[in-house]
Amino acid sequence: MSRTSESVGLADRASARPARPRPTGGQSTRAARTRRKWYEIIGLTTPALVVYTMFVLVPMGFALYYSLFRWRGAGPPTEFVGLRNYRLAFEDPIFRDALWNNIIIVVGSLLVQVPLAIGIALVLNRRFRGRAFFRLLVLVPFVLAEVAVGIMWRLILASDGSADTLLRALGLGGLVRGWLSDLPLIIWTLLFILTWKYIGFAIILFLAGLSNVPHELSEAAAIDGASWWQIQRHITLPLLGPTIRIWIFLSMIGSLQQFDIIWVVAAPSTRSLGAANTMATYMVDNGFFARLWGYGNSVAVILFGISFVAALLFQRFVLRRDIEGALTGRAN
Amino acid sequence: MTAPASTSRRPINWSSPLTYALALAIAAVSMVPVLYVILGGFRDTPQINRDPAGLPDPWVWSTYGRVLSQGRFWTQAINSTVIALGTTLGVMALGVCAAFVLARYRFRGRELLYTYFTLGFLFPAGAAILPLYLMLRDMGLINSYYAVILPQVAFQLPVTIVILRPFLLAIPTELEDAAYIDGSSRLGFFWRILLPLSGPALVTVGVLAFVSSWNAFLLPLLVLNDVNLHTLPLGVQNFSTQYTSDTAGILAFTSLAMLPALLFFTLAERQIVGGLQGAVKG
Repeated sequence: MSRTSESVGLADRASARPARPRPTGGQSTRAARTRRKWYEIIGLTTPALVVYTMFVLVPMGFALYYSLFRWRGAGPPTEFVGLRNYRLAFEDPIFRDALWNNIIIVVGSLLVQVPLAIGIALVLNRRFRGRAFFRLLVLVPFVLAEVAVGIMWRLILASDGSADTLLRALGLGGLVRGWLSDLPLIIWTLLFILTWKYIGFAIILFLAGLSNVPHELSEAAAIDGASWWQIQRHITLPLLGPTIRIWIFLSMIGSLQQFDIIWVVAAPSTRSLGAANTMATYMVDNGFFARLWGYGNSVAVILFGISFVAALLFQRFVLRRDIEGALTGRAN
Repeated sequence: MTAPASTSRRPINWSSPLTYALALAIAAVSMVPVLYVILGGFRDTPQINRDPAGLPDPWVWSTYGRVLSQGRFWTQAINSTVIALGTTLGVMALGVCAAFVLARYRFRGRELLYTYFTLGFLFPAGAAILPLYLMLRDMGLINSYYAVILPQVAFQLPVTIVILRPFLLAIPTELEDAAYIDGSSRLGFFWRILLPLSGPALVTVGVLAFVSSWNAFLLPLLVLNDVNLHTLPLGVQNFSTQYTSDTAGILAFTSLAMLPALLFFTLAERQIVGGLQGAVKG
């Protein structure tokens, strides 16, 4: 087999080292090349593969195993209890409260943030001087640490704090509530804080989606006499569909994992009463701080299972067209 | 209302004042709480107790000075920096190597490997935190920087690869062929041509990794028990629960802890926004 110009194009590194005695047959050159290619592939991907597998995937396997034991964390787990931890979790009203709070956060975030973020994105998508600056300000809460945001709102909403003072000064004293102490109210206060913190992310995604809508379409509609609102309603919003669906997916996963802000804002007593907990805070309270490791791991598996199933269902029925193969499509 | 014309001189739009009013209202809602914290640090606690919603009168500088002269603040700032830099470098190094293979090698199982990495989106750090803690404990890593850096690198890898791969794919094959004709190996092409060219994408994934590490709370809370290893989020939270009556101190400490992220964000806004948008479009 003669060496053609084609083989140069195919990364023939043998030519770079003429000193090495060249094998007689083209067959073994190709074999060496293939071998070398595989060495490179393995060498370059192994570090990422090992770290990723070890710290992202393996822990969930361990959680599955530990969740079957009654275990206080000292020595290897020995007291096998089967699925009892799972039954205990679902029988605990505090855990059911946590699950319910997570559902409120997931659904509430969608219902509040989608219309609000679309409205804000439409405003910030208009052309006006200083637009870039306003876009920057809107994203500030999203970049702040959850802990800083939590402390901020905890102080602002403290009883007789600045929020209450401001309301009274505006003559709205009748609206003052125990924002963080009135048990049935706390979860809605938390939902407000979460919305404030995370809506910036929705806004920049929607702005990116809006910038992908071709100008020609809205210009043509404007020439045909469509109003600004008609253009948004019939042209822009339908084309924003994929962006909104991807955001819903990310928001859902994030809401199910919610920990930091709840932990920082809500007093531990309101957490243990089930008024302001989520599955994640319940898991850390019971597993880590109360040292019920087997039980805590069963909550971890439940939390993971719910997120996983929700993600797969969403991916299967809603997202498939938008990110073909980007998440799990190819594997199925 | 007409669609924007392509010429630069346009008649003044009647709806412009309305747009400004709405934009100002939106900006106020997102900025007033932040400004409240920063300005609150310039008051003292009696002032705040007297009028919780007021402005500094007179301006008090000693509260910020008190927090800044505390050794603990600087220890925590250094810990946060070391962990964030370690995470960023780790993610960039491991991510770009894997993304290079996934973008520029043709081999069996490539798409499977890519899907395997993207599976990480379905394994959130929050759910895995307990077994992760147990694993790190068994490895003897609790109370070390590695206990935070290694898992953060791992959990940041999927989004890093999803951003980097399309970028590396888009670099023209002609460049690669030219490098081979000049006698370069594939690794030489990677090191001398591809890496310098992928600067912008690397900055994006680096900024994302840095900010998420800087703000991280749950993982450090569990694995860093030693006070000398605490990061800023842990420090702020502890300070705010220990000195509950020192409102001004809490506000000053909180704003100082926010400041680096805010500065970093204003400097790298384009990369952050581009990265978040790119990750979704990926």
